[in-house]
Amino acid sequence: VLHATRPLHTTQQCLAPLPPLPEKGGEVRYGLIPEEFFQFLYPKTGVTGPYMLGTGLLLYFLSKEIYVINHETVAAACILSVIIYGVKKFGSNVAAFADKLNEEKVAKALAVKNEAIKDLETAIEQEKKEQWRVEGRSYLFDAKRNNIAMLLETNYRERLLMVYNEVKKRLDYQVAMQNLKRQKEQDHMIQWVEKNVIQSITPQQQKESIAKCILDLKALSKSAQAAV
Amino acid sequence: GPLSERRLMDVRLGELPAWLATCNFSPQGLLGGVQKAWNNYYDKYINVKRGGPAGISMLLAGYCLLSYGWNYQHISK
Repeated sequence: VLHATRPLHTTQQCLAPLPPLPEKGGEVRYGLIPEEFFQFLYPKTGVTGPYMLGTGLLLYFLSKEIYVINHETVAAACILSVIIYGVKKFGSNVAAFADKLNEEKVAKALAVKNEAIKDLETAIEQEKKEQWRVEGRSYLFDAKRNNIAMLLETNYRERLLMVYNEVKKRLDYQVAMQNLKRQKEQDHMIQWVEKNVIQSITPQQQKESIAKCILDLKALSKSAQAAV
Repeated sequence: GPLSERRLMDVRLGELPAWLATCNFSPQGLLGGVQKAWNNYYDKYINVKRGGPAGISMLLAGYCLLSYGWNYQHISK
């Protein structure tokens, strides 16, 4: 929250961008008297008016000794002549040098500005590229959705297989149990039958059967001898 | 426009006393006037892209005249 005691931004004054500097300064004639003076006197006195005024003033000052001529006058005249000669001779060189300095400053500032503009433009390019990439979101999500569906499918099938295996194992166990039971019953019954049969063979019967076997063997041996 | 807001060059000769009356002669006012005059001169003749000798030569000439005026008593002996 901004606690402002005075209203902000009320004037139309705008500090940026600054208006460019004027190219040339105000017109000055003979380096001393601004052109406005001549324009000011032109309607009343024409072109020669200011010169007549200047001459009249000069003669008046000289005659009335308001401007006295002494050694300083000579010194001033020499200095003025030297200055004017210097300005006339080296003026353009100095001006060119100063212009070059100015140019370099302006060029540097311009370079910075162009750099900034270029950087911002590349930033805009990249931003647009990112926006274009955003449009491909749907494809990305489709691929991800496919991936997830495949994972789910795989998982489901794995578990299905596991269930099948477990159930088969249990059923096999039951089958094996039944087989084992039947086999045990069979063996037990056979043994029991054999035991009872063996028990039921009395000694009498055993003797008779052994004698019968011997008779049979003899008969067989006879037939075998005859065969040989 | 109103008399007090016109520049000196736009004031007619008959209105000069009235214009002087509207001036602000306090120290701040005088200082402000001097500041404004200097800023106008500076912007017109010195703060340009391609100035010439005119900017400072007028200042030097003014200085010469002023110092001559101050020393006139001594010179005219």
